[in-house]
Amino acid sequence: MAECIDLNLKVNGTEYRASVHPFARLLDVLREDLRLTGTKEGCGEGECGACTVLLNGRVVNSCLVPAVQAQGAEVVTVEGLAEGENLSSLQAAFLTHNGAQCGFCTPGMLLSATDLINRCPNPSDDEIRDGLAGNLCRCTGYAKILDAVHSAAEREAAR
Amino acid sequence: MIGASSIRKEGRAKVLGTAIYTDDKFMPGALHGLTVRSEVPRGILRAIHFGEGIPWEEFTCVTAEDIPGTNLVASVVDDQPFLIGIGEEITHSQQAVLLLAHPDKFLVEKARRAVRLEIEELPAVLDIQSSLDLQPLIYGTNNLLKEIRIAKGDPDPIWAQAAHVIEGEYRTGAQEQMYIEPNAMLSVVEPRDGLLQVTVWGSLQCPYYVHGALRQLFGLPEKQVRVVAMEMGGAFGGKEDYPSVNGGHAALLAWKSGKPVRLIYDREEDLACTTKRHPSRTRLRTAFDAEGNLLALEADFILDGGAYATLSPVVLSRGAVHAASVYRCPHVRIHARAVATNTPPPGAFRGFGAPQSLFAMERHMDVCARKLGLDAVELRRKNFLHMGDTMATGQVIREDLDLAGLMDQALAAIGYRDKRAAFALTNPGDGPIKRGVGFSVFMHGCGFTGNGESHVASVAGVEGLADGTVAVLAASTEMGQGKNTVFAQIVAEALQLPVELVDTAPVDTDHVPNSGPTVASRSTMMVGRILEDAAIGFKLALVQQGFLVEPYTPESFQAAVVKAVATLGTLRCYGQYHRPPNIQWDDVTYQGDAYPTYSWACYAAEVAVDLDTFEVKVADFVAVQEVGRVVNPTLAAGQIEGGVAQGIGWGLWEEVTMQRGRMINNQMTNYIIPTSVDLPRIQVVFLENAHAGGPGGAKGIGELPMDGPAPAVVNALENALGALRLDEVPMTPDRLLERCEEVSHG
Repeated sequence: MAECIDLNLKVNGTEYRASVHPFARLLDVLREDLRLTGTKEGCGEGECGACTVLLNGRVVNSCLVPAVQAQGAEVVTVEGLAEGENLSSLQAAFLTHNGAQCGFCTPGMLLSATDLINRCPNPSDDEIRDGLAGNLCRCTGYAKILDAVHSAAEREAAR
Repeated sequence: MIGASSIRKEGRAKVLGTAIYTDDKFMPGALHGLTVRSEVPRGILRAIHFGEGIPWEEFTCVTAEDIPGTNLVASVVDDQPFLIGIGEEITHSQQAVLLLAHPDKFLVEKARRAVRLEIEELPAVLDIQSSLDLQPLIYGTNNLLKEIRIAKGDPDPIWAQAAHVIEGEYRTGAQEQMYIEPNAMLSVVEPRDGLLQVTVWGSLQCPYYVHGALRQLFGLPEKQVRVVAMEMGGAFGGKEDYPSVNGGHAALLAWKSGKPVRLIYDREEDLACTTKRHPSRTRLRTAFDAEGNLLALEADFILDGGAYATLSPVVLSRGAVHAASVYRCPHVRIHARAVATNTPPPGAFRGFGAPQSLFAMERHMDVCARKLGLDAVELRRKNFLHMGDTMATGQVIREDLDLAGLMDQALAAIGYRDKRAAFALTNPGDGPIKRGVGFSVFMHGCGFTGNGESHVASVAGVEGLADGTVAVLAASTEMGQGKNTVFAQIVAEALQLPVELVDTAPVDTDHVPNSGPTVASRSTMMVGRILEDAAIGFKLALVQQGFLVEPYTPESFQAAVVKAVATLGTLRCYGQYHRPPNIQWDDVTYQGDAYPTYSWACYAAEVAVDLDTFEVKVADFVAVQEVGRVVNPTLAAGQIEGGVAQGIGWGLWEEVTMQRGRMINNQMTNYIIPTSVDLPRIQVVFLENAHAGGPGGAKGIGELPMDGPAPAVVNALENALGALRLDEVPMTPDRLLERCEEVSHG
């Protein structure tokens, strides 16, 4: 086996150190080394968005990020969205509006939607569609996801 | 409870990212499994060569010779081997030949590439016509995996008498389910109390299918095999029959290595080798009188069944029964065949044969309307089935069926008449955008076809738990459709409890009875009905044993269950499917009640075609359906919206491109499913008409929305572009350009 590399990164506010395969992807580190399995792999080629995380505040497909590029980075995954028992506005809205069906695209969808609402606090249908175009969902036809994002944006605006 | 939009039971875990899917399950010391496949469509396997530079002694390798039981996958027909042995015939390009496992997933991939298969190639059959022509013979005596004939009256004398006879040929392509979670299995095989115990955890729709396949593969009794359904990242039929194959592969590796094994497909492998919707070719011949009354219908319906029969006989059966669609017709002849080709076997996909035959019939009705000079709405209205009419199988419609009402509501919601009039004025203009509106009317049979439910004789139950809550015991799996929630609502309604007091037990064959596979729009209606009975029996038992006094409050019910469990220990009550006496079916003649009931619908679509790029945008979509009583309106709407999205995808974009019997666009990058920017908001309307046979009046819903979108969209294309040869889906831009050029070149 090839020699491992030492990786330091901060995930959901916690510092981690891991010894990882030189070809490992950020996705592998999250799922296998840190056992944060909320982030999913759907295609391994950056197409489906199930592995979406925030890397230093930017939305990325973690299957396309070599782990070495995450050295010293701050990462937010789906496990970092709730505060203790309290769901984030988006998580709560996905639950109420049936925005998650099989749930496999949901972690990535939630991260992209979180980023969208941060950039665009009161998005239109079209802005949501554009913001989530990199996250494929096969269950919902996207309607309930649009509803959930609108509802969460309204709740955030009211805070 | 029933009728309320209760929150999805497992939804909180899903939004928190804590729901455990197969690949999320932690299994220390697990090996990574991989499958080596044939790559040629047909030939004789002569040798397997293990290349240099790989520490083969560290690998677990499984070939056909290792198989301890029967090397055939248990299915409708047991004709597919798990692995092809030396000297045996390879029959498709993805045939599994060798299984590998190693602790290092990077090394196991390298090893796969180092294996060379020596195969003596044979001529292959790669399309429907070659199979029909026996060029060459590859399966049985006639290349047929299944043949069905349905007859009503006698169409032969009608053709000469009828005012109009109209023929047409229609084709539909393969379609990939594209669940976002690829197929995944984990297995451990170890001795327990001196006996071999095979356990598989997986992403699978039908735990008892996999259970049966493992028993046959290892030659083990029931109790030595255990199958656990993990959280599932979508399925749509794609995890109905295939899990018997990869579940078996994972277990073989675990058995030979003595270690846990993960067999997780990557997307390219999943797309190349797992099941898809059957490609189809339908030839229709219809006779009408001068007024447009349908007098006779002949359908020649053919599915490409791939290299093995697997589920093709039952897919064909549903497709054949739906071929005459929603129309009253005195003389019908349906000839249905599933033919063998040297391609990976297709399997179940939402709709299960019905979308193929319904696409043909609903396109054909628009073509007939044009040729008869009648309005497509009025032609349908004239010929709809009503209460008392008989369908092609002789089934009598016993419900108050108002298809014209459904149709009128859908057309009004999309503004059909106004839009047609407006587009007739705007489309002749110079602009590149042409608009059209079209629709389809269709049905979907609820539950298994024919005697399927009687054969399975499903059992489901409820269990009182020590904390006073109630668990649902059923092998039906949650794949996103909402089974956990709907079952809890049905049981809560029967027990008059808040839904919070009912939840689902883990779907583990050691713990739950065989409630049949999670397929065929049967879970809510068929299993739900058994659960309703079981729940009522459970309550009666509590009353009769003196634990519960009616009327009761949720608190007193909970207290009664606590006390009963403390006194009696395990507290379970089961129910079983019983065929209603008025449902009769003959498997040989295909006569009788093909389904206990049907869900009915009219879908309408508005499209905009850009004649510069031949891109089609679906601008508006209305889905009106009658599905009995709706158990959970929010979840039900989610089913319709998602199904419509898949149906539009099949109609316009989703194309499986085959080359030498192998899918060559086996990536998400080049197999195109709808994204959030590709679909309109879908208007979903439920017309409720309680069905006495379903729990709380519910009927089946899951597959219905797959049937209608493709013909509605293509009918709208005809409205936008005029009479073209719009006889095939997906109607991709390339295909649409070709069809337009046919007209302009005369």
